[in-house]
Amino acid sequence: MTIPAPDPKRYFIEKLGLSERLMERCLGEALSAGGDYADLYFESVTSTSLGIDESLVKSASQGISVGCGIRVVSGERTGYAYTDDLSSDRLLRAARTAALIASGPAKELMSGFRHTEAPQSLYPVTGATNDAEIAEKLKLIQRADAAARAFDPRITQVRASFSDELRRILVAASDGTYAGDTQPLARLNVFVIAKDATSTSRGTSGGGGRVTLDFFEADKSPEHFAREAARTAILQLGAVDAPAGEMEVVLGPGWPGVLLHEAVGHGLEADFNRKGTSAFAGLIGQQVASSKVTVVDNGLMPNRRGSINMDDEGNPTQETVLIENGILKGYLSDKLSSRLMGTPNTGSGRRESYHHIPMPRMTNTYMLNGDDMPEDIIKSVKRGLYAVNFGGGQVDITNGKFVFSASEAYLIEDGKVTRPVKGATLIGNGPEALKYVSMVGNDLALDEGIGTCGKAGQSVPVGVGMPTVKLDRMTVGGTGQ
Amino acid sequence: MSQLAPSIVSSDLKQLASEVLAKAMKAGATDAEAVVYEGDEFSALVRLGQVETLKESGSRAVGLRVFIGQRTASTSSSDFSNESIHRLVDGAVTLAKITSEDPFAGLPDASEFGSIPGDLNLYFEDVNEQPPAERIEIARRCEAAAMAFDTRIQNSGGGDFDTATSHKILMNSRGFTGEYQRSYCGFSAAPIAVDEKGGMQRNYWYSSSRTTRLLESPEEVGHEAARRTLRRMGAQQVKTQKAPVVFSPEIARGIIGNIFSAAEGDSIYRNASIFSGQLGERVAGENITVIDDGTMVFDRNGVAIGGFGTSPFDGEGLPTRRTVIVDHGILKNYVMNTYTARKLGMKSSGNASRGLAGNPGTGAGNFFLEPGELTPEQIIGDVKNGLYVTEVMGMGVNLVTGDYSQGVSGLWIENGELAYPVEEITIAGNLKDMYKNIVAVGNDLVFRGASAAPTLRVEGMTIAGA
Repeated sequence: MTIPAPDPKRYFIEKLGLSERLMERCLGEALSAGGDYADLYFESVTSTSLGIDESLVKSASQGISVGCGIRVVSGERTGYAYTDDLSSDRLLRAARTAALIASGPAKELMSGFRHTEAPQSLYPVTGATNDAEIAEKLKLIQRADAAARAFDPRITQVRASFSDELRRILVAASDGTYAGDTQPLARLNVFVIAKDATSTSRGTSGGGGRVTLDFFEADKSPEHFAREAARTAILQLGAVDAPAGEMEVVLGPGWPGVLLHEAVGHGLEADFNRKGTSAFAGLIGQQVASSKVTVVDNGLMPNRRGSINMDDEGNPTQETVLIENGILKGYLSDKLSSRLMGTPNTGSGRRESYHHIPMPRMTNTYMLNGDDMPEDIIKSVKRGLYAVNFGGGQVDITNGKFVFSASEAYLIEDGKVTRPVKGATLIGNGPEALKYVSMVGNDLALDEGIGTCGKAGQSVPVGVGMPTVKLDRMTVGGTGQ
Repeated sequence: MSQLAPSIVSSDLKQLASEVLAKAMKAGATDAEAVVYEGDEFSALVRLGQVETLKESGSRAVGLRVFIGQRTASTSSSDFSNESIHRLVDGAVTLAKITSEDPFAGLPDASEFGSIPGDLNLYFEDVNEQPPAERIEIARRCEAAAMAFDTRIQNSGGGDFDTATSHKILMNSRGFTGEYQRSYCGFSAAPIAVDEKGGMQRNYWYSSSRTTRLLESPEEVGHEAARRTLRRMGAQQVKTQKAPVVFSPEIARGIIGNIFSAAEGDSIYRNASIFSGQLGERVAGENITVIDDGTMVFDRNGVAIGGFGTSPFDGEGLPTRRTVIVDHGILKNYVMNTYTARKLGMKSSGNASRGLAGNPGTGAGNFFLEPGELTPEQIIGDVKNGLYVTEVMGMGVNLVTGDYSQGVSGLWIENGELAYPVEEITIAGNLKDMYKNIVAVGNDLVFRGASAAPTLRVEGMTIAGA
């Protein structure tokens, strides 16, 4: 159900009893010991989760979280405090705690916020979940359960879940920022176990985004995700050992874009580069990938899991070119890094919740299309790995080494995709790996909407994508020949 | 020093839990369980000698799980207003009505409830009493010691100091009420070394405890962080090969941690674990005994201190206990909560974990591999050509099949000595084989967290590299 879009800021005034005057008082208190900048981040999140397991609806939960984080920045120093009690006493006390970071005369505060409208509207504005919707969500997971079981008698266990949340935020800052957003997020997930006489395997699939329930009625139906999970599990029953060693690797379109997220994305977050702790520090303008590679971070894609109308510092998100034709172009920056480095603010300041200090983060990170036909890419490989789905990845920012773990992969033998192989971890070096990209397909796809990125203990939803890509060498961590 | 004595707010929190329960029962629940949590946190990060971030806050939340017969649902909130508590109760009861009857669902039997008596030494007031300036000074000293250790240490991710205290109350409609407070403090340094070509390596080291009295010297921790960073410098790839793999204690505890996950009732009843149907069978070598113990109280320099995995009761109000999971290689026990135990026709092992919302999961107490006789030097000394693993990366562990493939870095062993650093390589095998091929278990068991394992050597794994 979609209701007319109210100003997201009004929720905090009308429902939570806040006022602009109180916010100004808090900012005044926050800058009472000096400091260059202060902001208030109000957040209200309601979430629902339903789970079916062994064809029984075994779990249903709802949560409410409300609070405010107050930040004071003084030079390179940040003071932070939060409260889950929005009374004026508690807010002022949190402001005083955050203010302890600075030591100087009180800062004169500007008066009046800059009232800005949301720069764009990338997703529907929904209200709180009602009973009719709960029944519909229940139907989604029941359909997923039925479809997975119907796929093959070897599917022995099915679990499906539907989780969604509505996150309302308001940012009021000493630089006059006064902006809000209402961010829906939904996700359907299916997990299955398959079993035959000799082996057991698992399969998972899922997707969603900043969407309403009708998203799951079209091609991204519960049946689609259920069949995908079941297909993967059945396929794995017959998988042979993955090969070990350096070889040619072809990555399929979509979720394998997690390669970009790990290999380059994190290394280009401005905080690491400001501190000189990233393997990419000082490489702007240099060749870090093959000339066929162009990578962007784009927070503006409608309905995408990684998209946001504004970041958690109240800045509009944007499309940022990270690598253009192999040349490193820019960093992802928030207010702090942008001010200290004198580089553009890319609207990348994100945080997990009001408990956390914002930092530069990715949104949807993907590689643009090339000219190659996907089938030609496969044909060009004599012996290698074709990896089409991944579990997740990790990177050591400082030495650039990254891994990502394939959950669905095949051998390529004499230009043909042959046998499925067991899961294997691929490992490479961020500033080097993309130099070995020799072919880029014309079939760019984004993932289904399942990505969650962790950095310094904070999780945020993200997206990744890429076309079919060939890397001339990469180390594959299997056990086979 | 340590106290179980409830803080001033305890009565308020208990009052809230009991009100929530009463309201739930009045709204139609046949059983209910409330958890109330309150916590404080402090963190300071010092980088290159300057305070970079300071964070200090408190938070609280309430969670409710209700049953209507054998249907169940849960809700949680960080808002304690009357209106919000009303929504919490109303929401849970409404949601429960749409879930399925599950014959295995329900609170534990009243006869099973209990709490470890006496002081488990989980809470030390000194963690809250230490002035912020002293904490910042420890972080600064730790980083400074790392930076001063060697001229190649030229940058830093910083030195930090964190504290956290929490107070938890669990109460249910079958008569269980329990509460405990816990404290934590810790600091670390993350130095960065730079070589002549500009190549960088980073590592870190830390000290943590429940009391400030038992924290290690900031200088020693800083020096250890520097040593761990410097030993990674100039790392190279090795060729793809099969060779013995020695796991340092930090990494061994992850390998052994997978034993706990594989023994969880949830995956056992689904027939989705490498240990399914293996109770009483050999799953590891004779030298492998793995224990989960939620009751441990250590003696550290004469100070009694509860383990990081110690608590008086589990997430459902059952007393924690000691469970031998693997005894000399034989799988002896699964680890279960009430639901998974009922599914298996067994009794809970007191391993229920409870978040604010959702059904209880399974969680470990203090989980460890019993140490062997060999020193780490002897374990490495017996290897002519092999790998000593100090870091793992990735998510390539599949507990359904046992397939294991992870990115690693560490040191190459030549003729029994650590010869040179290696990186950008993977190790792969299958956990079922790996547990049977642990040919050496070290005597260096040290609890630095809730789980611990000594140095291990595993034969037969594949190392993939250049």
